[in-house]
Amino acid sequence: MIRKGLFKWPKNKTEGTPKKANALHSGLPDDICCSCPTCKKTNFVSRVRENLLVCPYCGHHFKMGVRRRIDMISDDGTFNEMFAEIAGRDVLSFPEYQTKKETAQKASGEKEGVVCGVCSVLGAQTAVFAMESEFMMGSMGSAVGERITLLFEYATLNKLPVLGFCLSGGARMQEGMVSLMQMAKTAAAVKRHSDENNLYISVLCDPTSGGVTASFASLADIIIAEPNALICFAGPRVIEQTIRQKLPQGFQRAEFLLEKGFINLICKRAELKELLANILKLHERGGKL
Amino acid sequence: MKAYERLMLARGKDRASASDYFSRLFDGFIEMHGDRRFGDDKAVIAGLATFHGKPVTLIGIEKGKNIKERVAKNFGCAHPEGYRKALLQMKQAEKFDRPVICFVDTAGAYCGIGAEERGQGQAVAECLYEMSVLKVPCVTVITGEGGSGGALALSVADEIWMLENAVFSVISPEGCASILWKDAKKAQKAAECLKITADDLLSLKIIDEIISEEGGLEEICKKLDEMLVLFLNKQRKKTVDTLIKERYEKYRNIGRFL
Repeated sequence: MIRKGLFKWPKNKTEGTPKKANALHSGLPDDICCSCPTCKKTNFVSRVRENLLVCPYCGHHFKMGVRRRIDMISDDGTFNEMFAEIAGRDVLSFPEYQTKKETAQKASGEKEGVVCGVCSVLGAQTAVFAMESEFMMGSMGSAVGERITLLFEYATLNKLPVLGFCLSGGARMQEGMVSLMQMAKTAAAVKRHSDENNLYISVLCDPTSGGVTASFASLADIIIAEPNALICFAGPRVIEQTIRQKLPQGFQRAEFLLEKGFINLICKRAELKELLANILKLHERGGKL
Repeated sequence: MKAYERLMLARGKDRASASDYFSRLFDGFIEMHGDRRFGDDKAVIAGLATFHGKPVTLIGIEKGKNIKERVAKNFGCAHPEGYRKALLQMKQAEKFDRPVICFVDTAGAYCGIGAEERGQGQAVAECLYEMSVLKVPCVTVITGEGGSGGALALSVADEIWMLENAVFSVISPEGCASILWKDAKKAQKAAECLKITADDLLSLKIIDEIISEEGGLEEICKKLDEMLVLFLNKQRKKTVDTLIKERYEKYRNIGRFL
């Protein structure tokens, strides 16, 4: 006889699907195992961590926190954080926003969704920003917009290139129109930086979407993407709901965008630092033919 | 009036849109189709006209009057080619030193397979990027719904004006309610929280003027006419550098809390 309750039908969509599987967040101890969401093979967390948070079997790129990302590409001890004091405000007094923000601050260890500063990459000086997925999905509120704008203004003034790791669910709706306007603000700052002949490289990570795709992420001179990163304006679920049909495999993934001509290249984490340093060196002022 | 009621008015079927304003406020509108890259997006109308005898560039996003028009215009949701058409006309306006006047009524940039394949995000981003340094005066009037990035793409202007019952929002209240509270029926609450009405946005210093809707379309056009004359006279006296600097500062100061 089949015992009742042996197999349980999930009560809702989230039950049974470990949403955080892809995140491999910093709280996980090194000596436990995790399974790769792509190839399903089991790895020790420590092994994945040593491998730049990439699955050693199939090359699946797990999410990476901002600090780790900046460490990965910058020379030891050269990163100087800037504008960390810039915080947003709950301008709309939006319900539950404050508590959500506090949860995000605890989960990520960051005060806001982006970390900015300057560093050197194999000796090449650059301004850098990286967005944090654990902070409300890297959504762009006023503080994120302000920090990125300040960084571009600083880089324009000091004739520095900007290297940006974009990762975001889009504009932060809890800040309403103030957050939408950050798209215009950052785009205008990128334009000023570009008009002074400065280089801007964006690295699109999984996922880059909405208001960030529709502003500074798409405005770089050189656009690089991580393998299989979701890069889109409207997310796949929104599109499926709008057009009422299933989307093809690989739609809106980095490889798809490469084929459609919207990104310049795809680069694995292991090779990223060298590639970035190469590009930065090619754009150094002086020493041209 | 509640934000949700205004949202319903803004979405109203018979609401005047870009082409109504084009024909009432301007003379001899000549429509310019196509983006010279992919096709012609009918949700976006762009072209040349004169305003008090002087040439201007007009750009509008509108939803259409009847079902046939609405289908052709994709219910006012533009594809990348629509934004690229708008940008092409703006660049020409800059070349020939004509002011740019935009009328916006859209639920947002279209979310579909074609739109994504042709780079919706990139098309919107480029509009923001180029408009921020456009060397001619530009003003945007939100006539109905200002839907997120799709409306913002034409709103990096010297000034943003809104009709009294128009709304401008980062996300549709229905979308917000279903994401935050998993219930699209809580849209009324979301509409209140998101602060989408003209009054709210004026106090947040995101828009610059509210146009009263009392007296219907004729009265609105009369007011708009006066406002446009004043605006263009004021902006034309400024140097190009001042114009661009002031536009940069306008957006620069939103969300700056020091």
